[in-house]
Amino acid sequence: MKEKRDLKIQAIENGTVIDHIKAGQALNVLRILRISSTFRATISFVMNALGARGKKDVVKIEGKELSVEELNRIALISPMATINIIRDFEVVQKNNVVLPPYVEGVVRCINSNCISNSSEPIKSKFSVLQSEDGVTLRCLYCEHVISENIAENLL
Amino acid sequence: MKDFSRKEIDYILDTAEKLEPVARGEERSRLLDGKIIALLFFEPSTRTRLSFEVAAQRLGGQVLNLGSVEASSVMKGENLADTIRVISNYADLIVMRHPLDGSARMATEFASVPIINGGDGSLHHPTQTFLDLYTIRRESHLEGLKIAMAGDLKYGRTVHSLCHALSLYGAEMTFVSPPELRMPPEIVRDLQKNNINVKETDSLEEIIGDVEVLYMTRVQRERFPDPEEYEKVKNKLKVTGDLLINADPNLKILHPLPRVNEISPEVDSTPYACYFQQAFYGVPTRMALLVLAMGVIE
Repeated sequence: MKEKRDLKIQAIENGTVIDHIKAGQALNVLRILRISSTFRATISFVMNALGARGKKDVVKIEGKELSVEELNRIALISPMATINIIRDFEVVQKNNVVLPPYVEGVVRCINSNCISNSSEPIKSKFSVLQSEDGVTLRCLYCEHVISENIAENLL
Repeated sequence: MKDFSRKEIDYILDTAEKLEPVARGEERSRLLDGKIIALLFFEPSTRTRLSFEVAAQRLGGQVLNLGSVEASSVMKGENLADTIRVISNYADLIVMRHPLDGSARMATEFASVPIINGGDGSLHHPTQTFLDLYTIRRESHLEGLKIAMAGDLKYGRTVHSLCHALSLYGAEMTFVSPPELRMPPEIVRDLQKNNINVKETDSLEEIIGDVEVLYMTRVQRERFPDPEEYEKVKNKLKVTGDLLINADPNLKILHPLPRVNEISPEVDSTPYACYFQQAFYGVPTRMALLVLAMGVIE
């Protein structure tokens, strides 16, 4: 039984493993990391895997170590995720994602009248706050606040 | 408005007061001599534009007007960022009004000269708030003010910014509106968090004897799907001579103008009426903002 479960996520030789992603958010993690069809590295992921703390998603990116800045964006949609940097099949670094104080070009402002939703040559900009109810984003242009469904507004 | 501390607001208002004789034409000033102020109004606003124009000219500055949007490069599809970059090379300061929220903030990223926000989108009109504060300070007092705001409190951007600014001075606030146009609950919560006493009602009669400033706003017909409902509300939120019988003798009535029928003309000649004076105070306030933004006085 254990062998069968292990087959779901193969160990990688070098790269980045993002573990403990909130169940169902793996595709959004790929979006937030701007991983699309043009991305060259091998990506594998599982959704709704049974972990020690319930269901979770896991994403593995082979042969590529993503920057801390890129990885911390994951905290917007999955604040409990952990990052493992793998070299020669060994975990050489393990960190929790940290909520960045500011994000640019990651989330769309929910205010349709905001200048960042126009054709001006700018990227959306938000300050990020950790509140009692979770993560809150405040648009640095129009000051609108996004306090829920951040994943639905990813660019 | 939230970017300003009480100390900074006070400083701007002090500067406006010093410049008031110039705004009245009683003294001459050359503070903006040789300076060119560009007025970029992407939507109409005669009052704000004219008062900026007067403010600049009374200080000896020259004014460059975008003219009508229809006849400008905007109609050819030029974006705001490019317009700002170009005008930055022509003028020493840009005053802009634009229909999109956050446009003034964006403009500062592309401008090489100071930008003054003359109103962007539906949320911010900071120079109006400064002139409201200046009016209150000149005609009443800011510290611990008992103020009522009446009319469209849901969509009225002037009252939202004013509430926040007055909370820095510890005001007692009463909001008078029909239930459909009540002050957004998040603003009420923010005020209460800052220990501001907030009362809400739908009747002007109930509160008129207890306030030092009554800030009226226009209730717009289009906010009401039912015309009968609009008529009812319109008549209930109206300042008349009769209503003022029970007013505090020191009451001052403000209105950002234009008014439609929420203040009857008989009120204009009473000592309570302050709205035309308020419109004048837009000039010294905008003068202060111009000279401080240009750094011609520190």
